[in-house]
Amino acid sequence: MAGQTLLRIENVHKRFGAVIASAGASIEVREGEIYALLGENGAGKSVLMSILCGVLTADEGRIVCRGVELQPGSPEEAVRRGIGMVHQHFMLVPNLTVAENYVLGQGSPLRVLSHMKAVSARIRELSDKYGLDVRPDALVRNLSVGEQQRVEILKVLYHGIDLLILDEPTAVLTPQETDRLLELLRDLVADGKTVIFISHKLDEVMRVSDRVSVMRDGKVVFTTDTSATNPRELARMMVGRDVLMELPREAARQGEIVLSVRDLACNNELGLPAVRGVSFDVRRNEIVGIAGVSGNGQSELALAMSGLAPATAGSIRLNGEELCGLSPAAINRRSFAHVPEDRHKMGIVLPLPLTENVILQRYNRPPFSARGLLRSRAVEDHTRDLVQRFKVKARDIDVPIQTLSGGNQQKLVVARELARHPDFLLINQLTRGIDIGAMEFVMQEVLKQREAGKAILLISTELEELFAICDRILVIYEGRIIGEMPPDRSRLDEIGLLMAGKEPSARSAGSEPVRVH
Amino acid sequence: MADIDIPPSRKAASPFSSNTPLLAWSRRLLKSMLPPLVAVLVALFAGAVLLAVTGFNPLDIFTVMVSGVFQNVRSIAEMLLKATPLILIGVGLCVSFRCSIWNIGAEGQFYAGACAATFCGVNFAGLPPALHICLVLVAGTAAGALWAAIAGVLKVAFNASEIVTTIMLNYIAIFMTSYLVTGPLMEQGAAYPQSAKFAHAIWLPRIIPSTRLHIGILIAVALAVVAYVFLFRSSAGYAVRIVGINSHAARYAGISVSRSIVLAIAISGALAGLAGAVQIEGVTYRLYQDISPGYGFEAIAVALLANNNPIGAILSGILFATLDSGSELMQINAQVPQVLVFVIQGMVILSVVGFAALKFQSARPSE
Amino acid sequence: MEHILTLGFLATTIGATWRLATPIIFASIGEVVSERAGVLNIGLEGIMLIGAFVGFWTMYETGHLPLAFLAAVLSGVAAGLVFALFAITIKANQIIVGAAINLLGLGLTSFLFRTYLVHTGQGVRIAPAIDIPLLSGIPYFGAPLFKQNLLVYSTLLLPPIVGFLLYRTSFGLTLRAVGEHPKAVDVAGRSVALYRYGAVLIGSGLAGLGGGYLTLAHANQFVEGMTSGRGFIALAVVVFARWSPAGSFFVSLLFGMFYALQLQLQAEPSIHIPYQALQAMPYLATIVALLLVRNRMDAPATLGVPYRKA
Repeated sequence: MAGQTLLRIENVHKRFGAVIASAGASIEVREGEIYALLGENGAGKSVLMSILCGVLTADEGRIVCRGVELQPGSPEEAVRRGIGMVHQHFMLVPNLTVAENYVLGQGSPLRVLSHMKAVSARIRELSDKYGLDVRPDALVRNLSVGEQQRVEILKVLYHGIDLLILDEPTAVLTPQETDRLLELLRDLVADGKTVIFISHKLDEVMRVSDRVSVMRDGKVVFTTDTSATNPRELARMMVGRDVLMELPREAARQGEIVLSVRDLACNNELGLPAVRGVSFDVRRNEIVGIAGVSGNGQSELALAMSGLAPATAGSIRLNGEELCGLSPAAINRRSFAHVPEDRHKMGIVLPLPLTENVILQRYNRPPFSARGLLRSRAVEDHTRDLVQRFKVKARDIDVPIQTLSGGNQQKLVVARELARHPDFLLINQLTRGIDIGAMEFVMQEVLKQREAGKAILLISTELEELFAICDRILVIYEGRIIGEMPPDRSRLDEIGLLMAGKEPSARSAGSEPVRVH
Repeated sequence: MADIDIPPSRKAASPFSSNTPLLAWSRRLLKSMLPPLVAVLVALFAGAVLLAVTGFNPLDIFTVMVSGVFQNVRSIAEMLLKATPLILIGVGLCVSFRCSIWNIGAEGQFYAGACAATFCGVNFAGLPPALHICLVLVAGTAAGALWAAIAGVLKVAFNASEIVTTIMLNYIAIFMTSYLVTGPLMEQGAAYPQSAKFAHAIWLPRIIPSTRLHIGILIAVALAVVAYVFLFRSSAGYAVRIVGINSHAARYAGISVSRSIVLAIAISGALAGLAGAVQIEGVTYRLYQDISPGYGFEAIAVALLANNNPIGAILSGILFATLDSGSELMQINAQVPQVLVFVIQGMVILSVVGFAALKFQSARPSE
Repeated sequence: MEHILTLGFLATTIGATWRLATPIIFASIGEVVSERAGVLNIGLEGIMLIGAFVGFWTMYETGHLPLAFLAAVLSGVAAGLVFALFAITIKANQIIVGAAINLLGLGLTSFLFRTYLVHTGQGVRIAPAIDIPLLSGIPYFGAPLFKQNLLVYSTLLLPPIVGFLLYRTSFGLTLRAVGEHPKAVDVAGRSVALYRYGAVLIGSGLAGLGGGYLTLAHANQFVEGMTSGRGFIALAVVVFARWSPAGSFFVSLLFGMFYALQLQLQAEPSIHIPYQALQAMPYLATIVALLLVRNRMDAPATLGVPYRKA
């Protein structure tokens, strides 16, 4: 069913300062296929696609679409050739309506917006055609993540695009929403469109694509028909070696309860309820996972537990002592450590050296501080120790931490938190945005802590990460824990339904079409 | 499969020793000095262009300025006299700016300090002179700190932009000064609005014979060192810097963001207020309406040129004082309006932030 | 005391309020445009000063009033261009660049004034008051309200024009999007920098006009530092008006009222308040206004943040 060549990207090079993002990547996309581009974070997939869309300009190489070479660095030209992208982070302006977002950047700037009715009608028409349920007058900020994604896809179609590029589209979706999306992609191809599907998730690529290329270190290292390959081969291609799919670990031991959360509730930044009565225990030698689609109260739960947002009800007891109402500083002084969700926003201070980053919570306590002054020898020795023990790759300990790769930054954050010898460790997103080597390393370090008797709570949107190291998985949906599951991959569909807010037993009654593989 | 190969650190043998510490240190010093130097040159060049366009000979005028300022001990002392308030205020602003608190109100804090100092100076005549001097200095410091803390508290409690509030407090402080010297603090029977003159006993001691240079410059240099230690070697200063770079990380670290903000702006206000007190006790010996020719604004350029490093503020304070002194000579000897220094100050700030932004862009890591 | 509470006093105050609010209306509505695109221009004060000076100089040399106003606007645009170059292209800290523009504005205007214009004692001819027939005949209120110059009347047109531009044109839509989510505009193929330049130049042109008003319609002389904080007050007006052009018009009037009352009360021998306290009123009012706006959810999401591609 795949036709002739629609698009060729030839030998594209792109570097940012010292970082090489694309090192001579070449791909070929055929008309009417779903073409998957697979690779780890940082492999160069998004950069390559941004070059294709004209958002970035390549240092070298060319792009030929339907036999015509594209003018580099021109988004208008890409759109004129029918190339459009649905970005991983949505390109929708939250305080504009859907229709306003669709006309953004269209036509002459001097145009008076008198044609919005016609725009809305066209949006409704297209929305009905693909069954997307997009309302043109809705304010984008009032839409759920899934709805926003449909708005994004329809925006591309509205602009007459026939080559759609989707960048990690399933990262924000439940397994069921993912199913719907993959079906939509099939419908689009049936309607004559071509799709480039960027992902780092093997199973989705296997399910939906016709052909697949694997990128590593800015190069395309492998291209094949999807039917001629298997996940293990793709994984090996992604990382350049066999992947550790299972981490060895000891059987669960039941220790005593370290952390006990009861009926915890708290609000989000806008003052609306985000966590609505959550209760669970974490024991010694145990890793408890919290699974869920992002935005279901996980961030707020972590903030409330660490004292960064006030709890509106409930209690958190650590070794029997109440934490609710304590300041973050007081909680830091207890046996409580926290690997935060967003490294750059909270976990580290980018322009400061490694030394000043490892004392973040202990800057005013011995051994790093005496009589109000910092003790630089103690700080340096400690930093060196952490860097060596966690194999952090850094030129020196006094270079700004922003010069480190994401994986090395995360290793240092985890090292810092573990070095505080906590009884309880709260981890929100352990492996987000880091390479697979670092991923395995930090996961094994966390498992070691479990063997050493710590109690660990791991909040994650990556089910693979939870399956790999958790003893049990709680599923959070709209601020409530709505189920507990064993870390058993064969019960993925049940977890998926819970993540979508449905009791597994109610599957047949569900209104949404569900297709689980 | 459990065995993960992680490449060893590139410098596994000697992990973290750079060549010799002294060499590395001096290289770093040179590297940090270069951008401000270039910024100053760019600003002077702009000033020269302006002079040339308006029909003056820039080379002649710059020669007059520099040779005049460094002519003899007395002229150098006069320059250092001007540097004193600039260094004091600039050092304080380093602390505030490091906390990302844009205190544009040092001018008002200077006036607040000057008013409080004058009140204490013309009263309490019975005190021993040494104690009286200290009282005046402490009063000025406290008043400046309180005046600045208003903006800090409003920022913390109401999220009111400190830029706007500190600027408004400047105007209010200046009107308050005007009221005081035309009313409650006005000298008996004076023809002009000004306060009574301080008793000779409580003037700040002079340090170079036959010049007006007083110990204020030593106080300023000492406090610059103290501020450096505070910012870069103390726990509280660490907290201030973390808040300035990333307030989310600060909260995560258990740092009280509010306390750090109020502390940082109060410190900068304290030093501005102290500068006001020192100016009264060491130079004017009385309060009048326009006691500051814009020290509080000039000190913004002092701090920025020093990259908000208190030790650097000593040097940049001296540089700007040289420009000030020189511009006075330029006005007297060449009839060039002295306000040219504002232009140069503005250009220095623009070049400093311009270079910093360009450097940041080229050094930015892209993941 | 009781003769303060007369219709005549009230009418005069209202008229003076409008007149004194006019420069702040221009500057604040201009700043709304700029901030909607995500650029915080605290250099307004210096830009107004430049407009006041250049307008005055042009009038002094040519005697041509419309040309003088044009020069005020263009000089504001030129100063805005310098601000934009550093704040948008070089991506320097907008607050610091604004502070530098203020110093430059004060320094350049004072320097040039002392070099060339210090002997212009007699001043220039200012914009004449235009008598609106019939309306100006209304007892008490007619003369103070309907005998204003053209610029004062034009402030009535500014909010609808800018409102239309921001909310009813493709340009305005994109401009607001630039302040909220610049990347979305970038991938839609429009230049974020270009729109920000446009917004800043519109804003600084209006600030220049507001400055020109001071020397060409208000006083007839240039005085060093004569904007005396109006640019900063305009910044506070924008916050208090929640980034709305119409709101900025009314909030500016409120501040104009403080200026008017201050002047009126100073001229009132029966009031025994130190004149400095009255002078401080607009500044104090600005602080109070800021305290009343606690919810900043309306602020453009990327206000003050330079946009970096990729």
